[in-house]
Amino acid sequence: MALTIGVPRETLAGEKRVATVPEVVEKLIKLGFRVAVESGAGDAANCSDDTYRAAGAEVIEGAANLWAASDIVFKVGVPTTEEVGLMREGGALIGFVWPAQNPELMQQLAAKKATVLAIDSLPRTLSRAQKMDALTSQAGVAGYRAVIEAANAFGRFFNGQITAAGKVPPAKVFIAGAGVAGLAAIGTAAGLGAIVRANDTRAEVADQVVSLGGEFVKVDYEEEGSGGGGYAKVMSEGFQQAQREMYAKQAREVDIIITTALIPGKPAPRLITAEMVQSMRPGSVIVDMAAERGGNCELTEPGKAVVKHGVTIVGYTDLTSRLSKQSSTLYATNLFRLAEELCKTQSVKEDGTLDVNMEDEAIRGLTVIKNGEVTWPPPAPKPAAAPPAKPAAPVVQAKKGGHGAASEPMAGNKLAIMFGVAAALFWFVGANAPGAFLAHFTVFVLACFVGYMVVWNVTPALHTPLMSVTNAISSIIAIGALVQIAPPLAGGLPPDQWIRWLAVGGIALTAVNMFGGFAVTQRMLDMFRK
Amino acid sequence: MSGNLATVSYIGATILFILSLGGLSNPETSRRGNLFGMIGMTIAVLATVFGPRVTAAGYPWIIGAMVVGGAVGLYAARVVKMTQMPELVALMHSLVGLAACLVGFASYIDTSAPLAGAEKTIHELEIYIGILIGAITFSGSLIAFGKLSAKIGGSPMLLPGRHWMNLAGLLLVIWFGGEFIRAHSISEGMTPLIVMTVIALLFGIHMVMAIGGADMPVVVSMLNSYSGWAAAATGFMLSNDLLIVVGALVGSSGAILSYIMCRAMNRNFISVIAGGFGTGGGTPAAKGDAAAPVGEVVPISATETAELLKDAKSVIIVPGYGMAVAQAQHTVYEITKHLREKGVNIRFGIHPVAGRMPGHMNVLLAEAKVPYDIVMEMDELNDDFPGTDVAMVIGANDIVNPAAQDDPTSPIAGMPVLEVWKAKTSIVMKRSMASGYAGVDNPLFYKENNRMLFGDAKKMLDEVLVALKS
Repeated sequence: MALTIGVPRETLAGEKRVATVPEVVEKLIKLGFRVAVESGAGDAANCSDDTYRAAGAEVIEGAANLWAASDIVFKVGVPTTEEVGLMREGGALIGFVWPAQNPELMQQLAAKKATVLAIDSLPRTLSRAQKMDALTSQAGVAGYRAVIEAANAFGRFFNGQITAAGKVPPAKVFIAGAGVAGLAAIGTAAGLGAIVRANDTRAEVADQVVSLGGEFVKVDYEEEGSGGGGYAKVMSEGFQQAQREMYAKQAREVDIIITTALIPGKPAPRLITAEMVQSMRPGSVIVDMAAERGGNCELTEPGKAVVKHGVTIVGYTDLTSRLSKQSSTLYATNLFRLAEELCKTQSVKEDGTLDVNMEDEAIRGLTVIKNGEVTWPPPAPKPAAAPPAKPAAPVVQAKKGGHGAASEPMAGNKLAIMFGVAAALFWFVGANAPGAFLAHFTVFVLACFVGYMVVWNVTPALHTPLMSVTNAISSIIAIGALVQIAPPLAGGLPPDQWIRWLAVGGIALTAVNMFGGFAVTQRMLDMFRK
Repeated sequence: MSGNLATVSYIGATILFILSLGGLSNPETSRRGNLFGMIGMTIAVLATVFGPRVTAAGYPWIIGAMVVGGAVGLYAARVVKMTQMPELVALMHSLVGLAACLVGFASYIDTSAPLAGAEKTIHELEIYIGILIGAITFSGSLIAFGKLSAKIGGSPMLLPGRHWMNLAGLLLVIWFGGEFIRAHSISEGMTPLIVMTVIALLFGIHMVMAIGGADMPVVVSMLNSYSGWAAAATGFMLSNDLLIVVGALVGSSGAILSYIMCRAMNRNFISVIAGGFGTGGGTPAAKGDAAAPVGEVVPISATETAELLKDAKSVIIVPGYGMAVAQAQHTVYEITKHLREKGVNIRFGIHPVAGRMPGHMNVLLAEAKVPYDIVMEMDELNDDFPGTDVAMVIGANDIVNPAAQDDPTSPIAGMPVLEVWKAKTSIVMKRSMASGYAGVDNPLFYKENNRMLFGDAKKMLDEVLVALKS
C-alpha cells in the first residue's frame, strides 16, 4: 500500500509557490508514492491541474478532502491553525515550520500525533543534505529577484554603454551580506553589467564574491564573524562602528544597495540608517531582503516599495513568490530528494508506513515532531569528525611547457659526476678497444644523440605511431640476417646449413615487422585529421 | 653493386630514417615521415641484397622468407583493431628480439672471417651481449603481449627475494660470459651461450611479470628501446654501421619515451622496472585511515547526462582505458559531432599515461575521426577546467584522482593529474566503484559536484547520444 503525498493549495496571502510541480510528480511516483494535488494548487506557479493529472497525480477538490486523503503533506508556507485542524490524526507534514518562532503551532501539531519534518531545520553543514536544502534554493531565487526588482525601480541601464546618444556609466551595486542570496544577487547584477561590490562579516566568502564577478569590500577592523554552521554572528561594538563608516561611504558612492544580512533567531541588523539613505543620489534604489525580519534599512516598510528622500526602498517579503515557477520547481526538487532519502534510510517501510529513521543524522535534524512527540531541538550534532590532521600537502609545482620545452638545467655537481663517469668510460674503451671498434663506437654514440634530439620534440599524440614506426625501423636487423644467408665463399667452404636456416628465420621474422610495422603506422597516420 | 656504393646507400638510408623520426613529431608531416622510413628500409635492404656480401645463391631464400614474413605482417596490420595496438607492438618487439638472437647464433657459428686476439674477444662479447638483449626483449615482449591482451593477469607477480634472484641471474650471466670468451672451439662455447640465453629468457619473463598493469606504457616503450639496442649490438657484431645507427636511434627514442612516461606518473624509472605498483611497503596502511574519502556518491542517469551536456557551453572529455575496452570511441565521436554542431566548445584532455601504451588514446580518437586539433595534452588543458561546465571522464580513474595532489600519503602522490573536479560538474563513467590500476580509492567520486554514470561505457554513451538527439 503506497503512501499518498498530498499537496494543498497554499493559503497564505501572496504565496504563489506550490510544494511540487508536475515534473517532480513523475519522479515521486517512480519512487513508489501516490501523489494527490488540490485543485488549483499550482495555478499561481503556471502548473495547471491538467499538467498534474498528465504527470500521474490525482487532483482533489477542496482542502479538506485533500488533507483527509494524504498520508504525507508537502507544504511551502508555515501551516495555519485551520490547516492543522484539517490534518489527519497521526499524519505527516513536510515543509517550513520554524519551530523556534512558532511554539503554538508545534503544540497543535503534537496534539495531532503528527510526524513533522521541518525543512528549515535541516543540518545544512552535512554535505549529503545540500540537495535537500530548500533555504538555499529559495534564497538563491530571492537574490536573483532582488536584482530584478532593483533594475525595475532603477531609472538607468545596469551596464555601461557608449552610444551615439552619449556615454552611459555602469550602475554601481553594493550588496551587504554574501550568503546564498547575496551571492546570487552578485552573480545576477554582474551578469547585467553592473559594477558589483559586496561585504560580509565572514572573511572567507571574499573568494566566492570575486569568483562571481564582484569586488569584496573589507571592513577596516580585525574580527572574525563566522558564527558556526555557516551563519554570521553578532559583531563587537568596535567592529560595528567601522562597519557603519564603511556603509556610509558606500551609500554615497553607489546607485543600488541590496541588503541580505540576517542573524539566526534575532531581528535583522540595522545596517542602513536614515542619514545614509539621505546621502544617496536621488533615483537610487535599496532592496531590503531582510524586510520580513524588520529590515536592514531603518526606513524599510515590509511588503511595500516606498520612495523616501528620493530613494526607492523595496521591502517586498515575497521575492520568491514573484518567481513562483522557478522557486516551486527548486523547492519541489528539494522535497523530492528528501523523499528519496526517506526511502533510502528505510524511513518508509515496505508495508507503506512512515517511521522516520532517527539514526540518520540528516533525518534526525529534520524531524521536529515524531508521532506527536516533540523532538526539537535535536541533540547537538556530533562534532563534525575533525578532518584527520594531514601534513600540509606539498605544493605540487605544475611543470609548464611539457617535455617539449627545455627542461631545467641539471644541478652542477650532478653534471660533474656524469661527466666524470662518461670520461672514465671513454678512457676505458679507448685504452682497450681496437681501432675498428672505435669507429663503430663513434657512430653509435653520435646516433644516440641524434635519436634523442629528434624524438624529444615528438608530440605526445603521436607516441603510438612513433613507437610502431621505430619498431618497423628496428627490423633493419634483417640486414644482419641477409649478409649471413649466402656470403661470398671464403676459403672455398659452402655456407653452413645451420647458418642458412637461422638467417632465413631471421629474415622472415623481421619481414613480418618491416611490412606490418610500416603498414600499421600508415593506417594510424591516415586517421589523424584536422 | 660495389662495396662503396652499398655504403653510400646506407648513408642515404640512415638520413631517411632520421627524417622519418623527425617527421613524426607533428601530425602534418607524419605521413611523409612514414614514407621516408619505408624508402629508407627499401634502399637498405636492396643495397644489402645486391651488395658484395650476398651472392645470387641466396636470392631464392631471401625472396621466400620475405614473402612469407611480409604477408603475415601485412595481414596483421590490416586486421588489427586500434584498441589492440599495444598488443601488436609488443608482439612485434618480441620478433625483433628473436631475430637478434638468431642472427647472433648464426654469427657465432660463422667462421668465414677468422679473427684473433682482442678483435676476437670483442666480437664474441658483442655476440654475447647481442643475444642477451635479444633474448630479454623476446621473452619480455611476449609476457607484455600476454598481459596487454589479458591472456595473463595484469597484477604484478612478486616473487619473494626477486631482486636477489635478478642479481644472481646477472652474476651467472657474467660468469658464463667469461667461460664463453675463454672457450677455444665453437662447440665448447655453445654451452655457456645457450645457458646464458635461457637465463636471459627467464629474466625477461620475470622482469615484466613483476610490473603492474598501470606501468604498461613504460614497459612497452622500454621494450621498444631494447629492440633498438639489440639491433645496435647486432651491428657491432657484424661491423655494420647502418645497424648501429638505426639501432641507436630506436634505442634512444624508446628510452626517451620511457622517461617521458615515467615523468608523467611522477615515478622513477628504476622503481617502475623494479615493479609492483601500489603494493609497496607502507602504502596499504597509510591508505586505510587518513585517506578514507568523506561524502556521498551521487549517481546520474544517461538522460540527465545528456541534459547536462545540452546545457553546457564548454565540455572536456577525459578518456581512459575503459573507453578502449568498451570500444566506445565511435559513440564518443558521434556525441562530439552533435555537440559541436550546437556550438558547444568540446575538447579532449589526454593524460600522457592514459591507456596501455604512449599515445594510445590519441590513436583511438583519431580512428573515430575526432579532429586532432581538439585533442589536447594535460598541460594545455589543466588551467581551463575552472571555466568548463561539464568534464566527462570515460573509463579513467587514477589520472583524475585528486589524492595525487591533496594526499601526500597516497601511493600516487605527486603524479600530475587532470583536474576535472575544478569543472562546474564532472561526470565519471565507470562500471563500478572499483579502484583503478593503482588500487587507490578516488576522492573525486565523493565530491559534491561529481556525478557517477554507472554502466558499460559504450552502452551508456549510446543512451546519452539517443537522449541528446531526441
